[in-house]
Amino acid sequence: MAAFDQFSGTNTYIADDALLSSVNAAIALERPLLVRGEPGTGKTMLARSVAESLGRPLFNWHVKSTTLAKEGLYTYDVVQRLNDSRFPDDSGRNVSDIRSYIKMGVLGQAFQADERVVVLIDEIDKADIEFPNDLLRELDEMAFSIPELDETVSAKHRPITIITSNAEKELPTAFLRRCVFHYIEFPTRDRLRRIVDAHLPDLDNDLVEQAVLRFYGVRKIKALKKKPSTSELLDWLVVLASAGANPDDIASKLPFLGTLIKQEQDLETVAAAMRRGQGGA
Amino acid sequence: MFDLLLFNLRTQNVGVGLGEWLTFLKGIRDGLVVDLEGLYTFGRAVLIQSENQFDAWDIAFESTFAGVELMPELSPELLDWLKDAAAIDGEVVELDVPFDEIRRQFYERLKEQTERHDGGDRWIGTGGTSPYGSHGRSRNGIRVGSGGHRSAIAVASERRWRNYRSDARLDVRDFQVALRALRKLTRDGPEELDVGRTIRKTVDNGGEIELEFARAKQNRVHLVLLLDTGGSMDHHARLVSRLFTAAKAMKGFKSITTLHFHNVPYGYLYKDFATHQRVPIEDVLATMSPHHRLVWVGDASMAPWELFGRHHGNPWGDPEREPVGLNGLGWLKRVRDVCNASVWLNPDPERFWDHPTVSAIGAIYPMFPLTLDGLRDAVAHLRSPG
Repeated sequence: MAAFDQFSGTNTYIADDALLSSVNAAIALERPLLVRGEPGTGKTMLARSVAESLGRPLFNWHVKSTTLAKEGLYTYDVVQRLNDSRFPDDSGRNVSDIRSYIKMGVLGQAFQADERVVVLIDEIDKADIEFPNDLLRELDEMAFSIPELDETVSAKHRPITIITSNAEKELPTAFLRRCVFHYIEFPTRDRLRRIVDAHLPDLDNDLVEQAVLRFYGVRKIKALKKKPSTSELLDWLVVLASAGANPDDIASKLPFLGTLIKQEQDLETVAAAMRRGQGGA
Repeated sequence: MFDLLLFNLRTQNVGVGLGEWLTFLKGIRDGLVVDLEGLYTFGRAVLIQSENQFDAWDIAFESTFAGVELMPELSPELLDWLKDAAAIDGEVVELDVPFDEIRRQFYERLKEQTERHDGGDRWIGTGGTSPYGSHGRSRNGIRVGSGGHRSAIAVASERRWRNYRSDARLDVRDFQVALRALRKLTRDGPEELDVGRTIRKTVDNGGEIELEFARAKQNRVHLVLLLDTGGSMDHHARLVSRLFTAAKAMKGFKSITTLHFHNVPYGYLYKDFATHQRVPIEDVLATMSPHHRLVWVGDASMAPWELFGRHHGNPWGDPEREPVGLNGLGWLKRVRDVCNASVWLNPDPERFWDHPTVSAIGAIYPMFPLTLDGLRDAVAHLRSPG
């Protein structure tokens, strides 16, 4: 077997075995890794930690509802060229050379990089429903053409591609079939403790223990619309610690609940559950 | 040798394409998989593309590999360690038996042993000085279970992905994702400046500004939800209310209307059951346009006379005051004839559909189970009603 980059997590990113195996399979097979999971379980962080652990630069393409697939490849700045042709200045741009007006997008830059890089296509499901289909060939062959220049840009080194999705839109089957898929599970208590310790090493042990216990209690309340996630727990712990909260109070009062629960209706649900004595340890 | 896995996946309705299957085999050939745990995670990552199918994967994996559970426990590494262990001095118990003999006895004893053992010197278990098992004091022997890592079969048989199945009942957000596919965007909103085309035109024009306008995209679909309420539907109240919440919170539909009926509508639909605020069905039908989509939600189970009764339009009504009209089935047909783009969602599992009133209604409206898969199929049907 050819030697390939091996990802094994980082000091601050605690990954379980299944995730490591999926990441390494994606790297070895040179396929994009599609990551799904509850919000706040570290989908975006994964790409950063892969880049960090392998010592590779990270190219981050944050997808929005208006993002077009082509923008990730390159854009042709027609307006600038028009402006330059009418109002020449000393910018050094040559109006007769289209190349001066072609700007590489994130994927374009990653393909042109002189080393293997990590590409993050974040929240791919935010974009138009056809967006993933428009990238099929580009991700398959890691190449795209620029008709304006009559040129093809192919990746010098196939980038390690990580794609995250919140399942807002269904992704097309043709796209899914080309990806290695991983669903990030909510961490077990053991692993959650390790994650907390990795991020906030100086916290009082009692405080963390109590908070984590309550945190799982809150997550157990069935009627919640949005369960609090790891990132919210970390925020909550920081607030608790900086306010000097007493570990015993956490159990009985759930102070600063607003950092954990963001929806008003959920706040009422938690309050009701507490009155009934549920959602506790 | 993995054909059985492929077959079992097919049995679970997981379509595995040739491409993924070859990738899977290539990964194995290239040594990406060293044990059954690895096979479980690697196979799932490559062959399965949604957490909805993880449960099916667990079932297929378990039925394929359950029989070979013991093999990976006797990895070369373990055997080496066991051989080394015999050379270690200490206060541990040493057995003067060749390793091959221990291994043979291990399998024999495995066959004989029928229950859990902790301590003792013979059976496979924990503690004690038996050469078989884990956490024991015997240093040469066979340790069962690869401490810390649970076996793939144990993980698979746990079936903790069961709740993620897409043919199971779902939550508000899932409904919304499915309903969203129903939007039909057409360019008939207010006129707005089309920047892209303006630039193109201007460039083509040699730099003379030329403005281009286009109409904004707008969703023209009117969604009408018709909910069976009360009686046997109380059972499904939570599920239906989730669908209702999902539809209400959806943005982008031109309009969303919710009306109620009990079992089958007779002449009227109810805006609100509690206040008996009702509208004649004919008034509702008068507002129908080609952009209306009707979604009936009901279990379609009732006493046959409620649906087929010839005697009177409304079997519950007062014969003196209400005119004789269509029966239940007649009303359903009448609505279908006016608005063909309609489906029936049934919250009862499909195995309960073998009922005269269910099949009668199913003959008028395409019927789908009220699950994520069912809703998707229903939406697909509504997008292009036959």
